[in-house]
Amino acid sequence: MRPQMTPRGVRASDPALRGRLRADKAFMGGMLAISMIAVLPLVLILLFIIIRGASSINWQFLTELPKPMGEAGGGISNAIVGTVILIIVASVISMPLGILSGIFLSESGKSGLGRVTRLSVETLMGVPSIVIGIVAYVWVVRPMGHFSALSGGVALAMIMLPVITLSTEETLLLIPMSLREAALALGVSYPRTVLKVILPAGASGVITGALLGVARAAGETAPLLFTSFGSPYMVLDILKPMASLPQTIYFYATSPYPAWQTLAWGASFVLLVLVLVLNLLTKLVTSRWKTQF
Amino acid sequence: MTQSIESKGGRLPIARASDSAFRALLFFGGIVVSVLLVAILLSLVLSSRPALVANGFRFLTGTEWDPVTNSFHALPFVFGTLITSLLALVIATVLALALSILMGEYFRTGVFASLMRTAVELLAGIPSIVYGFIGLFFLVPVVRAVEIAIGVTPFGVGILTSSILLAFMILPYSASIGREMLSLVPTDLKEAALSLGATRSEMVWKVSLPFARSGILGGVFLSLGRALGETMAVTMVIGNANTMTLNLFSPGNTMASLIANEFSEATTPVYLASLIEIALLLFIISTVINIIGKVVINRMVGAA
Repeated sequence: MRPQMTPRGVRASDPALRGRLRADKAFMGGMLAISMIAVLPLVLILLFIIIRGASSINWQFLTELPKPMGEAGGGISNAIVGTVILIIVASVISMPLGILSGIFLSESGKSGLGRVTRLSVETLMGVPSIVIGIVAYVWVVRPMGHFSALSGGVALAMIMLPVITLSTEETLLLIPMSLREAALALGVSYPRTVLKVILPAGASGVITGALLGVARAAGETAPLLFTSFGSPYMVLDILKPMASLPQTIYFYATSPYPAWQTLAWGASFVLLVLVLVLNLLTKLVTSRWKTQF
Repeated sequence: MTQSIESKGGRLPIARASDSAFRALLFFGGIVVSVLLVAILLSLVLSSRPALVANGFRFLTGTEWDPVTNSFHALPFVFGTLITSLLALVIATVLALALSILMGEYFRTGVFASLMRTAVELLAGIPSIVYGFIGLFFLVPVVRAVEIAIGVTPFGVGILTSSILLAFMILPYSASIGREMLSLVPTDLKEAALSLGATRSEMVWKVSLPFARSGILGGVFLSLGRALGETMAVTMVIGNANTMTLNLFSPGNTMASLIANEFSEATTPVYLASLIEIALLLFIISTVINIIGKVVINRMVGAA
């Protein structure tokens, strides 16, 4: 609906009406101007990161380890690998649980337990990520006695879980009753109906949820501060402290050395590209592969 | 529905067994998140017990935070969190309202609309550490220049800087809720206003906004919940001073940034437990605010 107020070319003769129409135009202009201010940071951030970040990206930057203070060059390969490992650990933990609770919500979301579950999922979504980090510290780091990528993965899993759950539920709810009834009428058991008919039909939503969860977790820094902690070495053992992109940015960005800050711009560029690609992928999956009935 | 089909019997025992196993699995999926949430709360309470005992109720009212003398009080950080979040909320709400009116009433389809929508989605996807980095290198010098111009101590970092940064960070979130709430306004109501001769802006002011008012308020609460827990960007630009002041240009500290800064330095058990107690407080405050927001929004969605 886009109602056209006054046809173009029609002049309002009444001064009061003219005033109102002018106010209408001014209102729209104001909204437009304020909105421009609102999206200005996007332009700024992209410009800053592209100009400063892209120039520090080269093969060496992506494949080498950080050099000690004072030596020129050095790369962030350990942080890139670390972020990938952390995300894999977090996904392994959160995806089965998230999909399971998503199925539960879509199957019996209106029951008493369903309502409690939904409230819990929404509450978990709103828990500040630094608090999640502390919880992972208490649960994993303290018993183990040292920082580890595993604890970071646990923290990120708690952040991904509600995103996956809600997206799974949302898609599965869209699947028509007739599909389920057809399967059941053919004598297919209830578990098989859910696993072989309903879940595949809603695959796009499940994948979207997983991608959204990964995109959110990939950029998180606060939960990793006291869990995966960071490391200057290439670490593949998830029981040891591990570097990650966001934490590398934090470490280098807050350092007083321009050479390190350059590394931080480069790392920001890599992280931003990663997150934006994940977001684009999510959009692609939803638009191309959407469950349509 | 499926229950009655199965209970008619006549099915293979294996099928029935896998059936109940599957139900058990689903039930597990149902309770796992709630259990997780309760476990989080319990762990926070248990881990902060030394501090709960040592600090007592003075924790909430005292203003001193000094690890050397073992005196830990949360008020400066609660205050810092509230003032930065509220200020950010005011800025973000104005911007988000304009954005959602523009996207919900003026440009609903077309190239410009999808451009704006993509921009907002991109803004929402940018990690907070990147916001913090940009804030440190772009916003801080700008604020410092302003501070020099108006003749206050030019810290650059501080409460105002954090609030501006926070505002832009929560903006995409508030804007998408705002647009959603405006889309719930019935078209006949809007058309009625227009057919009575209202201009588009009058319709927005007198029909759409009043109708969506409670939903927008709920969105404000949810955005506040976001702002309260935001850690990294704020930590980088707030200046980390454990003081309590209304001077917006001076450095401050929030609950989240205090934890981020001091948790790995906490040497004594009471110090560590006090930081966990701050986390517990943050958890409670943001959860309460989030639930209020959700309740208000659900009522709005239910009514429309």
